[in-house]
Amino acid sequence: MKKKNQASAFNRYLLLGLSIFCIIMMLLSSFSDRASGPFKVLANVTVIPLQQGINHIGSWLGDMTENFETMQQLRSENEKLQEQVDSLMTENNYLQEERYELERLQELYQLDSNYAEYEKTAAHVIGSDSGNWFSTFTIDKGSEDGIAVDMNVMAGSGLVGIVVDVGPTWAKVRSIIDDSSNVSGMVLSTSDRCIVSGDLALMSDGQIRFEQMENNENEVSVGDQIVTSYISDKYLQGILIGYVSEVTVDSNNLTRSGYITPAVDFKNIQEVLVITTTKAQLTGESEGE
Amino acid sequence: MKVLKMKRFLVTALIVIAAYLLQCTVFSRLELAGIKPNLLVIVTAAFGFMRGSKEGMLVGFVSGLLMDIQFGDVIGLYALIYLVTGYINGLFERLYFDDDIKLPILLIAASEFLYGVIIYFFMFLLRSDFDFLFYLNKIIIPELIYTIGITLILYPLILLINHKLESEEKRSASKFV
Repeated sequence: MKKKNQASAFNRYLLLGLSIFCIIMMLLSSFSDRASGPFKVLANVTVIPLQQGINHIGSWLGDMTENFETMQQLRSENEKLQEQVDSLMTENNYLQEERYELERLQELYQLDSNYAEYEKTAAHVIGSDSGNWFSTFTIDKGSEDGIAVDMNVMAGSGLVGIVVDVGPTWAKVRSIIDDSSNVSGMVLSTSDRCIVSGDLALMSDGQIRFEQMENNENEVSVGDQIVTSYISDKYLQGILIGYVSEVTVDSNNLTRSGYITPAVDFKNIQEVLVITTTKAQLTGESEGE
Repeated sequence: MKVLKMKRFLVTALIVIAAYLLQCTVFSRLELAGIKPNLLVIVTAAFGFMRGSKEGMLVGFVSGLLMDIQFGDVIGLYALIYLVTGYINGLFERLYFDDDIKLPILLIAASEFLYGVIIYFFMFLLRSDFDFLFYLNKIIIPELIYTIGITLILYPLILLINHKLESEEKRSASKFV
């Protein structure tokens, strides 16, 4: 009996001790990033290599099953693609023409910063958030590959999110559909600014919300492009966020809000591009600090 | 004796890391309606009522810490939640028998439900997001159901491993008497 009491007393002390440790760590890590440093190294030697391995096996298996697709399918696909090539050729010519026109106009406006020329580096997604509440994921490049906090992450042509945490060989990315994410955006055609925020309630519909857009005479219609705005201090200007899917005037008659369909399919992101220039570097260190 | 303790430690660590990796990689491809099950709650609760508060707490603490490092905003919050989960489940050790599956499922379901409510409370209610019913219907309940489904597969496995280890420990203990 005595032994049992001793054991339960020990358990209580253990509970108390570890709880206090957790609370102290919470306080420390909310004040300074340095507190979590040792833990990042811990993750780096334990789970990250394994996650990378599993990811490799997963993509290898994916390739294998693809190889078993029948010839028939490939043939019909080939035919379809040939048609597509033809139509794309015509379209390409047309676009080329437009490009020259654009170049001319750009010269006219002296737009020297072209955001298509940000330097990017590719990374694989190796793990997604283990819970259902948030939408963050880890990629297989970290500070050793030159990744730093606040770098923008893209997939295809659209904005995916931002690097919020970096370990030696991995980085944590918070996607823009995450409930705690806010991005300053603007309508490409009218330059009206708005706040784009992720919402857990909309995540399953694959949509995000925008609000606080000025209700002026500029018309915003469904299908308009929303890009990151020029006033954001973390997101580079002009990255495509998505397309307006619904817009309404708020009851205060001063602002407009609505929904955006993101340009990226967040359900299956496998590879992302990290832009290795941060906004702070572009605008000068003094503003960035 | 020492070898066996070492073995138990290694096997437990392996189970925790395997559950964590499965959850981050494989199960994020096996989502049903955008929901994935919570393997770590199963493992933590199972070790709690099978092996007592101490092991439940340690298993919970480590799995929570792993989540904190990779996905948490602050280090320690998930660790604390899982720590308490392990401790409370450990209190049910004396009510627990191997062949009874009702109690484990009940305990795991209760842990999972409370886990969801606590996460909502800390991460959403404190940001003045009061739509509890929405989160209950869209996340907490579906996650609960999926987790129980996985429990029916995962729990017998953990039980089997625990049985093997325990019988080995008993054998070596009787050798010394």
